[in-house]
Amino acid sequence: MTSLPERQPETKLGLVIDLDICVGCHACAVNCKEWNTGGHSAPLTDYDPYGADPSGVWFNRIHSFEVAGENGDNRTVHFPKSCLHCDDAPCVTVCPTGASYKREEDGIVLVNADTCIGCKLCSWACPYGAREYDQDEGVMKKCTLCVDKIYNENLDVESRVPACVSTCPAGARHFGNLGDPSSDVSLLVAARGGYDLMPEQGCKPTNKYLPPRPRKTGPGATGAPHALTPQVADGGGAFLRWIDKVLSR
Amino acid sequence: MHPAFSVIFFTTASGAGYGLVTLLSIMQAGRVLPADPMLGLAGFIIAFALITAGLLSSTFHLGHPERAWRALSQWRSSWLSREGVFSIATYLPAGIYAIGWIFTDWRGGLFTLTGMIAAILSMQTVYCTAMIYASLKTIHAWSNRWVPIVYFSLSIMTGALLLNALAAAFGYFHAAFFWTAEIAIVVAAIVKMQYWRYIDTTPGPSTAETATGLKGKISLLESPHTQENYLQKEMGYRIARKHAAKLRQLAIAAGFVAPVLLTTLANMSPPATAAALAVLAVLVAAIGVLIERWLFFAEAKHAVTLYYGATSA
Repeated sequence: MTSLPERQPETKLGLVIDLDICVGCHACAVNCKEWNTGGHSAPLTDYDPYGADPSGVWFNRIHSFEVAGENGDNRTVHFPKSCLHCDDAPCVTVCPTGASYKREEDGIVLVNADTCIGCKLCSWACPYGAREYDQDEGVMKKCTLCVDKIYNENLDVESRVPACVSTCPAGARHFGNLGDPSSDVSLLVAARGGYDLMPEQGCKPTNKYLPPRPRKTGPGATGAPHALTPQVADGGGAFLRWIDKVLSR
Repeated sequence: MHPAFSVIFFTTASGAGYGLVTLLSIMQAGRVLPADPMLGLAGFIIAFALITAGLLSSTFHLGHPERAWRALSQWRSSWLSREGVFSIATYLPAGIYAIGWIFTDWRGGLFTLTGMIAAILSMQTVYCTAMIYASLKTIHAWSNRWVPIVYFSLSIMTGALLLNALAAAFGYFHAAFFWTAEIAIVVAAIVKMQYWRYIDTTPGPSTAETATGLKGKISLLESPHTQENYLQKEMGYRIARKHAAKLRQLAIAAGFVAPVLLTTLANMSPPATAAALAVLAVLVAAIGVLIERWLFFAEAKHAVTLYYGATSA
């Protein structure tokens, strides 16, 4: 049934991603690939993996952006992105076969690989690029929020989080119930001004992003200048020019 | 968006076929077109061939064509599913109508009514096709009211040109065929120009700022992958503006200008020449509409490209 659940799920499992902390190491994407290539949507097929033009199925990707702010306040922001498990998931409602569905019990959006016809329409409908087409298997695949890990009673309790969360060395990824306003993740979102990506698309994503913290705009307590002023090219005299020449060799 | 030939062929061919079914039944109902069995045979063979070849072609791009029947199940929410349901539902009245036209003397009110039901279902199918695209908020060039109007008008235009050629080939000449074709071409041309003006002058709702939530001038420093991924191949197709402008001119020339002139010329010519010119008008228009549909995909920008360095989508 590709209509969305009639009642919004009370439990909305999702991720909170802290853009202030992410260092862009891609470990979450690698561990995602490692877990999921043996999990619910296995395999995460690679094409030409050792050749000149390798590509393949990934559920998690890290973009790095350069953001030019005011007064030379430029910064690099690493931006991990996976399925946001939207409340109004357009990838679910466009599906002609019912293969794409949103779970009533926890809001996770999944694909039934046995009924997917591989028409790719869900990937057109998703503004976030969360859908992947596996050309070997002819079906669509996507982030499962590690549904086969988070409920897995064979694992230690602390391991029952998505692979991307358990592997993040910087603690930039948080997992929890965003449907409960008193959960740790909801409190974190409230405290840090967590936001939705592309709210104008109307998908109401569950995953939230925490903005980079504002940087100190003043020179700081050390008295150091905000930016270094360029040295005059010819100002050093013959000795320093000779030093420069020697060191530039 | 990646212009996949199977979908370009499907939307144009089935659109022309449904347009022809619609006009055959309207012209017959209006007693303008005689229910000549041989003309019916030729007309419905062409219409059903276009529709069926289009539908089959649309299943070729599926990962699992053998599961295509499952696509009929989600008509409550999915325009693609609705398109499947209506396209198959149209075969029933259109088939009965065609059999009645070709093989029997059945010409009563019920016969005309069957034809009208086939016409309505045909147009409903064209509408569903258009709404598959128009319902995608992620693609500004598709998510607007011009898209269903473009699909309707081009379906009727190509159907009218087919009908005009068919009637001429069977020696039937009537001002209704000529004027329907001419007016349909002019309407389709105006609608398509308005569509292009709309997508050229209005920005999409999403920007790199809304996509990332970051404040400032945003540029992509590093892509997630060293190589192009599925999203970039499927959604990241870009056509140079100058190429698009040339192709638009070609689409206008072949799709609208040449067919108007050829149809006018045919109308002034003796029967044999008229039929040849009317057929030529169909072929030239087909090239124009194929280019138009290729551009419909190639010019469409997807919101996800904002995560890959696009400045607008």
